[in-house]
Amino acid sequence: MTGWLFALVQTLCVVLFAPFLAGWVKWIKCKLQNRQGPAPWQPYRDLWRLSKKQVVLADVASPIFRAAPYIVFGATVVAASVLPIVSTQLPTAALADVIVLVGIFALTRFFLALAGMDVGTSFGGMGSSREVTLSSLAEPALLMTFFTLAMTVSSTNLSSAVAYLSQAHFTLAPSLIFSFMALLLVAVAETGRIPIDNPATHLELTMIHEAMILEYSGRHLLLMEWAAMLKLTLYSILIVNLIVPWGISLTLEPQAIALATVSVLGKLLVLGVLLAVSETSQAKMRLFRAPQYLGMAFILSLLGMMSHIILEVR
Amino acid sequence: MSLTMAQLAVFLTLLSSVAALVFVKKPRFMINVSFFLLGLSGLVAVSAGGMALLGNQVEQTILPVGLPWLHVCLHIDALAAFFLFIVGFVTFVASCYGPSYISRHADDGAHAVSTLTFFTGLFVAGMYLVLLAADAFSFMIAWELMSVASYFLVAYQHDRAENRSAAFIYLLMAVVGGAFILLAYGVLAAFGDGFSFVSMAKAHLSPTWATIAFALAFIGFGLKAGIVPLHVWLPQAHPVAPSHISALMSGVMLKVAVYGFIRFVYDLLGGVQWQWGVLVLLVGAISALMGVLYALMQHDLKRLLAYHSVENIGIIYIGLGLSMIFAATDHKEVAAIALVAALYHCLNHALFKSLLFLGAGAVLEQSGQHNMEHMGGLIKKMPVTAACFLIGCVSICALPPFNGFVSEWLIYQAALQGTVLKNGILGTALPITSAMLALTGALAIACFVKVYGVVFLGLPRTEKIEEAHEVPRGMQFSQIVLAISCLVFGIFPTWTANVLNVIPQKLLGAGFAGVNGESWLWLTPINTQTASYGALPVLIGLLVSWVVVYFFLHPPTRDNSIRIAPAWDCGFGPLNARMQYTATSFAMPIRKIFSFAWHVSEKVEPARIGKGPHYFLHVSDWVWMYVYAPIGKIIHKVAERTARIQGGDLRIYLCYSFFTLLFLLWVIV
Repeated sequence: MTGWLFALVQTLCVVLFAPFLAGWVKWIKCKLQNRQGPAPWQPYRDLWRLSKKQVVLADVASPIFRAAPYIVFGATVVAASVLPIVSTQLPTAALADVIVLVGIFALTRFFLALAGMDVGTSFGGMGSSREVTLSSLAEPALLMTFFTLAMTVSSTNLSSAVAYLSQAHFTLAPSLIFSFMALLLVAVAETGRIPIDNPATHLELTMIHEAMILEYSGRHLLLMEWAAMLKLTLYSILIVNLIVPWGISLTLEPQAIALATVSVLGKLLVLGVLLAVSETSQAKMRLFRAPQYLGMAFILSLLGMMSHIILEVR
Repeated sequence: MSLTMAQLAVFLTLLSSVAALVFVKKPRFMINVSFFLLGLSGLVAVSAGGMALLGNQVEQTILPVGLPWLHVCLHIDALAAFFLFIVGFVTFVASCYGPSYISRHADDGAHAVSTLTFFTGLFVAGMYLVLLAADAFSFMIAWELMSVASYFLVAYQHDRAENRSAAFIYLLMAVVGGAFILLAYGVLAAFGDGFSFVSMAKAHLSPTWATIAFALAFIGFGLKAGIVPLHVWLPQAHPVAPSHISALMSGVMLKVAVYGFIRFVYDLLGGVQWQWGVLVLLVGAISALMGVLYALMQHDLKRLLAYHSVENIGIIYIGLGLSMIFAATDHKEVAAIALVAALYHCLNHALFKSLLFLGAGAVLEQSGQHNMEHMGGLIKKMPVTAACFLIGCVSICALPPFNGFVSEWLIYQAALQGTVLKNGILGTALPITSAMLALTGALAIACFVKVYGVVFLGLPRTEKIEEAHEVPRGMQFSQIVLAISCLVFGIFPTWTANVLNVIPQKLLGAGFAGVNGESWLWLTPINTQTASYGALPVLIGLLVSWVVVYFFLHPPTRDNSIRIAPAWDCGFGPLNARMQYTATSFAMPIRKIFSFAWHVSEKVEPARIGKGPHYFLHVSDWVWMYVYAPIGKIIHKVAERTARIQGGDLRIYLCYSFFTLLFLLWVIV
């Protein structure tokens, strides 16, 4: 029972923390570019403002358009609830393993892309088309990465995987190096960051995610924006908990949890800084260069799996 | 008991055929009677299959028909019962859909409706009998009945040349496939004594002969199932048949071929070799990937769905291939997971593909169009069809918590056990095929976003669409039933897997252990620590979060009204339907990235006086161009050469007869 209560509280905390991480990355980025920049808690103000605005709905919009924000946000919250963040003793992790997690992300993308197609403007269609194209390359790479991991720890359960990795003897196995490189590349693509997509632009030639949600306003836009921030946070948590899992609590003891919270927060903020540095130091790619980038991620993940099966299984 | 009921189902289908002939003068009455009998037979078959599967009964009987030394043997066991359940269910749903769908043909008189209903009955009877047959002889008769009856259904609207050629290719492939299956049974019959499955199963084959029999069966059943490169008839034949027949053909007939393959390899042949598994696995993976890539380029709604059948058959074959590999290397429990996954996918594909074909039929009827580029905005005109079609799309894309996800999840779980294999070839084949499966799943999402977005969302692209309205009750009912079953089989996977587990127990001698795990809520194929999926809790989680978010964002103290306004047009004036993204433009990035997969010919004609610029795009199938077209050419050439001996003079023919007789006499002596 405590476990389930803990999972609930943890989910709530992640959902509330997500805007801060997005604001933090933006703030660091502004500092790196010698700009004043909004405070890291600016996203909270934006969301609060959106929650009070009236919704303006396009006259051709169908019920899918109105349902999509709820579906997208709700599914992302469910994804947040199954992720081991500060403790591996997470009862909700049994609901959904890592393949289900990828499936839930795919569900959000499906409805996001449908919402883009709904209003019948070229912007939405363009965004949807690009989104499904790029993620059809990114998703296999992500799954392959998780498969390599699952074969290493002989489990697709994320809690077991993180627990195994944090307890195991530290070895730089070639399969894990390849897989983690692929994971980083895919995470950048899937969360719509530079060099694949740019969350700060509204230029039709470059945008993907923003093009799909162009018609949204008010509370619908709030949900879409929040879901995107939450997705960024979830991928960040996946990265830090899989690559540097040390510090995560293996129990539900209050002290251990407190310590693990501090450590995971620190790791996330550092990762945010790294993301800001990487985004500042490179330009956005042309759309048709992106397949090469994602193809590389796919090859890396496949290499990771091959090297695991051929070299490491005895 | 269940076998008697199954025979009753066959009898009812034949009765529905007879009714079509008897009431030929009163088409409307005939349609109702005949479809009622067909639907009844579906229900009887569902209960027969369900009883035999749940009770794990095995029954056998010998019918007093046929030659004195060759009786017709019928049987029902768990495997046959499961497929009987699928066939019966889709038959029932299709016959609820059929009457309103074809009644418009009853009035125009252009096509004889009685032909359609007569052959529908025979077609379904053929499928039932294939499943019930317990000897090769009756199996082949039932198989050919199924093939020939469905030929007439494909050729139903024969006034269009395209339909005639599709039907001809279908018949050709069916005949070739039938010949291969006959040869495969021939090998078994030669080594066993007799044609009954029982004696065939006892036959002892050398590994070489077993491989030959396997190869023959693989090609023969593969032709019917539509694996790449034997799939070319499928995207031609399925779109031209009436939609409820497409649902039966795509949803069920392909499964009957899968049944034949499973029966032949696991039950009759036995002693599976891992090389066979690798072949099945790779062909399955290629079929899955090529199927979805070709589907992405189609604009004909039903042809697109037909290519998705190729994809899904590929996924089923991946499951079968995995199970054969694990069974051959003596990892029976993992083999059981993969086999259950393949069977589960058979059920799922039957449900969602029938749903999608029925939905497509409703859309075609209302829009009068096959081409998606002329549709759009149908969700407002046909809300029920649109909602059901959406569920079909989500299911076929393997998204949780619907049914397609469960079977793909089980396939992944089986593939992830690949580390137990010690063989290097297998060690690399498994990850590559799972990568291809992952790519297939992601591309399927792209494809169905395209379908749903272009057909149901956005603005109507033609005037005919503006007049579209919801289809009659019967057609809605069938779609709703299928949509609900997609959800039910998605959220109760543990129960379904438990029921299916008796099939590997019988065929492989071991079921998978984890299925009776801690709780019915969690599907745990191996054990709780390794992997688990709680479909119902995930659904509940989704619903709870939606409700909480909804109430959080709609506080009663605030005005939550919504303002309706035109969509943002960048200040350039009103948007129109032609400014929307089309299906072609939607799939363009994928066409550029995977350009190696198709033969694409693109041409732009610049604008001339009195004529705007034109853009031509033609995407064709490599397999057709490089495999079938050359074979066709060779056959033509050979036929031309042979035609020379056809002098047209009676004396020459008499000479031929004389020399043939002499030759035969010489052979005999």
